[in-house]
Amino acid sequence: MSFPWAKEYTPSHPFMQWMDQRLPLPRLVYNAVGGGYPVPRNLNYFWNFGFLAALCLGLQIVTGIVMAMHYAANTQVAFDTIEQTVRDVNWGWMMRYAHANGASAFFVVIYIHIFRGFFYGSYKAPREMVWLLGVVIFLLMMATAFMGYVLPWGQMSFWGAKVITGLFGAIPFVGEPLQQWLLGGFAPDNAALNRFFSLHYLLPFVIVGVVILHIWALHIPGSSNPTGVEVKSESDTVPFYPYYVAKDGWAIGVFAILFCAALFFFPNALGHPDNYIPANPMSTPAHIVPEWYFWPFYAILRAFTQDFFFIPAKLMGVLAMFGAILVWFFLPWLDRSPVRSGSFRPLYRKFFFFGLIPAMAVLFYCGGAPAEEPYVMLSQIAALYYFAHFLIVIPIVSAIEKPDPLPFSITESVLGHDEGAKLRPAHGATEAVHGDV
Amino acid sequence: MARILSILVGLFFTVALAWSFGKGAYQEITEPAAATAEHEFHLHPKEVRFASDGAFGKFDRQQLQRGFQVYKEVCAVCHALRHVAFRDLAALGYNDAEVKAIAKGFQVPVYNNGTGEVETREGVATDYFPPVLYAGQGTPPDLSLMAKARHDGPAYVYSLLTGYQDQPAELLKKFPDSKTPDGLHYNPYFANLNLAMPPPLTGEGQVTYSDGTKATVDQMAKDVSAFLIWTAEPKLEKRKQTGWPVLGFLLFATILGYMSYRNIWAGKKH
Repeated sequence: MSFPWAKEYTPSHPFMQWMDQRLPLPRLVYNAVGGGYPVPRNLNYFWNFGFLAALCLGLQIVTGIVMAMHYAANTQVAFDTIEQTVRDVNWGWMMRYAHANGASAFFVVIYIHIFRGFFYGSYKAPREMVWLLGVVIFLLMMATAFMGYVLPWGQMSFWGAKVITGLFGAIPFVGEPLQQWLLGGFAPDNAALNRFFSLHYLLPFVIVGVVILHIWALHIPGSSNPTGVEVKSESDTVPFYPYYVAKDGWAIGVFAILFCAALFFFPNALGHPDNYIPANPMSTPAHIVPEWYFWPFYAILRAFTQDFFFIPAKLMGVLAMFGAILVWFFLPWLDRSPVRSGSFRPLYRKFFFFGLIPAMAVLFYCGGAPAEEPYVMLSQIAALYYFAHFLIVIPIVSAIEKPDPLPFSITESVLGHDEGAKLRPAHGATEAVHGDV
Repeated sequence: MARILSILVGLFFTVALAWSFGKGAYQEITEPAAATAEHEFHLHPKEVRFASDGAFGKFDRQQLQRGFQVYKEVCAVCHALRHVAFRDLAALGYNDAEVKAIAKGFQVPVYNNGTGEVETREGVATDYFPPVLYAGQGTPPDLSLMAKARHDGPAYVYSLLTGYQDQPAELLKKFPDSKTPDGLHYNPYFANLNLAMPPPLTGEGQVTYSDGTKATVDQMAKDVSAFLIWTAEPKLEKRKQTGWPVLGFLLFATILGYMSYRNIWAGKKH
């Protein structure tokens, strides 16, 4: 892997030489995030979010392990153990708020990371595997976050668990037994809470595993970049250390400031007040809503209000909700445009900014709103566009679009000229480079 | 082929959505959802400020003590406070002897292993506020977390306590079926407008404040709301006070980080 000009790890200290011959772990780190990993020099700040996502995962694991030391997964006491942690454990309030807001921060970062991928075509060959693993991570994150939200056993925990596991009941024939098997009962109770806790502890480490594969797969072709033009020569890249370590370093500072501002001054702003009411199976909250990061998909679920031929509305909603994410798996093959970056795709760019982004914004808004008009109609229009965008617009646009001329290389896009470019086509022959990405 | 397949799947979802949209829109035009009294007469909490608001907010301990007095003499008849221990009251500025005396004033249940009966004894500082057995209809909610368990919680509590009124004539004219049932009380700040709790704060001087503050209904409502902010989050003050040095450090570290970033990338166009 990597480029021929990647610096080789050459330990100077005798101990590091001894280590390198026996367990080349420092070599691995050096080649992954050190001087041995050449990265395009022109990355913009959207490329910081991968590193930030890894940071969020680490933060969630550390705060989560501390929370688990004080938590008991039993419906009788779960709610109280959280309150006790917040009130009586040293810095327990900070751990709890950091963990709850950390989930939100993780999703903010991951949504930006994913939409960076949409705009810059990061999913395209040869990085399909990076993208597929990323979607797997996102699905695992959703499962983990959902089960984590059930653990405090508040009203929204209970009713959220009931609604989401109820979705499995929409599957024909096997739905109801499947739902009961998942819950270990007819409704969410102790059995469900216990398995959710067990899985909530397990899945983050599965995510770590898939993240390692995600980064491994990324390191085969190397990072993408805003022009979408592949790296051609050494002058296109800089070593990850120190260049991107420094850039990620100060981005982490900005992230930490925003995160701590939320944590210390608005820790409950993103939560729902009903989850400070202990779970009560006899009292249904007026509006059951999941956490904000599920709102777009919740809006899609609720947008299907009518049976469609022989398919019940609920099943249709469930299919669409999962389909809305599963469609991402097919994106590398739906978008056949040879040009990677949205910066050079005038038509794709229009649909991205004036279609997908507003549709997502509407879905976010409507998913958190009550299931009444005009929110249902709005989410129907937005969901309609969402599916049309991925399944109809993208395949057609990628077939008919005439892309803008691409720069010959990253170096040329940065410096305006590229001395090392020997294969540079003559002026006016820009058509030839369209396929050359 | 893949393209045609994808467009077909896309059409499946979009047509299904258009179908849902069309039928919903038709229904909305032909039989629009009827307005409800809750929808039209429910009010958002009033604007009210507390000393603990804002990034520099601190508890007004004098007010918390007054609020505790209102809780103890009025609310505690029906509402429990199960997440708060008597020892926690030291944070309101009570000394050890006062905390012990307050605890002693409550009877806490103990299970007698010998007889199998549940007996009571005087509270001690390590006890939590005991459960309240309510004889009437309904279940008065525990108040420990009330200020966080409602939208705009503290203002909601204040508005609810001061919001009891006669049902507006306009409401009855528009929704003749929505007359407040017997035994309930009209309060526009309550979600469904009719509340089982009778007005708890009835008139001036219901409690006698030892600090000489005039115990108007408005004052008592404010004080007890402030107290409930504290019960919902005793560490609120510490949280805000911790935040500033943390942000200060991060700002410093980020500036250093930015400078080293500029330094490392100097001369490297990107």
